[in-house]
Amino acid sequence: MLFAESEGPQSPLLPVWPEVFIGLFCFAVIFFVFYKKLLPSINKTLEERREAIEGGMEKAEATQAEARQTLESYREQLAEARHEAARLRQEAKEQGAALIAEMRAEGQRQREEIIAAGHTQIAADRKQAAEQLRQDVGKLAVDLAGRLVGESLEDHARQSRTIDRFLDELEDRAESGVTSGSEAGR
Amino acid sequence: MSNDQLLAFETDCHLFQECGFPAPSVWSFIFDPIFSVGPIEFNKIMLLALLGTLAILAFFWTAFAKPKIVPGKLQMVAEAGYDFVHRGIAREIIGKKGEPYVPLLVSLFFFVWVMNIWAVIPFAQFPVTSAIAFPAALAVTVWVVYMTVTFKTNGFVGGLRNLCVPSGLPKGIYVVLTPIEFISNVFLRPFTLAVRLFANMFAGHLLLLLFITAAWYMSGTVVGTVYAVPALVLALVLTVFELFIQALQAYVFTVLTATYLSQALEEAH
Repeated sequence: MLFAESEGPQSPLLPVWPEVFIGLFCFAVIFFVFYKKLLPSINKTLEERREAIEGGMEKAEATQAEARQTLESYREQLAEARHEAARLRQEAKEQGAALIAEMRAEGQRQREEIIAAGHTQIAADRKQAAEQLRQDVGKLAVDLAGRLVGESLEDHARQSRTIDRFLDELEDRAESGVTSGSEAGR
Repeated sequence: MSNDQLLAFETDCHLFQECGFPAPSVWSFIFDPIFSVGPIEFNKIMLLALLGTLAILAFFWTAFAKPKIVPGKLQMVAEAGYDFVHRGIAREIIGKKGEPYVPLLVSLFFFVWVMNIWAVIPFAQFPVTSAIAFPAALAVTVWVVYMTVTFKTNGFVGGLRNLCVPSGLPKGIYVVLTPIEFISNVFLRPFTLAVRLFANMFAGHLLLLLFITAAWYMSGTVVGTVYAVPALVLALVLTVFELFIQALQAYVFTVLTATYLSQALEEAH
């Protein structure tokens, strides 16, 4: 432009000096605004954002770990509870079985006791009946003999025990006859 | 300036009207001053540069001045852009040592990109970077940083070795390679950095101008419209292509800067 008036246009490869200065000025302004103000400002924010994101991620990780731990402990507790329940069930079953066995044994024992008592009772009754019978038979025999002889021999007979001896003999004979007879009857 | 030096839009010339096609030329890159302060003429290019700067600052100020941990939409978009340069360029190419240069790279990327984008903004429609002054200013800045970092990291001798003597080659090669490396790194790098950006945007603007002026020039008659429609379609296609090139050149400029810095930060073996 400076030489345009003289002979045709200036070569486009020759810079126009005012333009160079304008260019330098504009670039310098942009550079310093970026350098002093804008880039530090945005870098600070980017750094803060990075930290915020990383902080958030750390927090999320921590929460996740906690959740995992809680789940683990719940599972543990559940397994424990199941184990406990199984144990209790087993114990109850065992106790029940023991109780039944005990009752059965008790029943058995009571039954045997009752049977034994019955046997004893029967033996005693029999013995008493035999005793009674002996006395009655003795008395009848003495009465009969007294009537036959015509005088009372009661006191004398008791002292001499003749009747007893006689009756024993009788009994022995009868018993052997009964046992042999009953054995033959079976 | 005579009329044939102005844009086709400012002429009423059409096909079959016995006036030649007003092809875009170097004149398309030169503007009348809006106002003058002494010898300094303030033109459209400078205005666009200032407006672009304001736009970048306004956008990033709104997005980053009071940033939220949970970003809004605007902040999210701005963060994506920042992240692209921070991770995609600085971290990728320089590594951890590149952290101090992130503001430079971010500024470079968005400055170049926005100045490129002016090419397709209605009514502006001029890439600021197609004026060599702007790529040159940026390339000089990059060169100064590149040299400073080189000598600060390696000292004077180490810096020279860093610039001239690539390691790990047979000794005989260095006789040839050392001067080539020196010229390449110290002189050609800033030059190519500036010219690459300038030439891309210059050519892109010329292409768009060519097809749009052609569509305008050929319209008006039935036969001419048959030619004008494909030209217009191509102008639209090229506009989309330019959008891609604008971002790509901003990326290339930033990546190359990062590559130079990465080399400068390399410790001598």
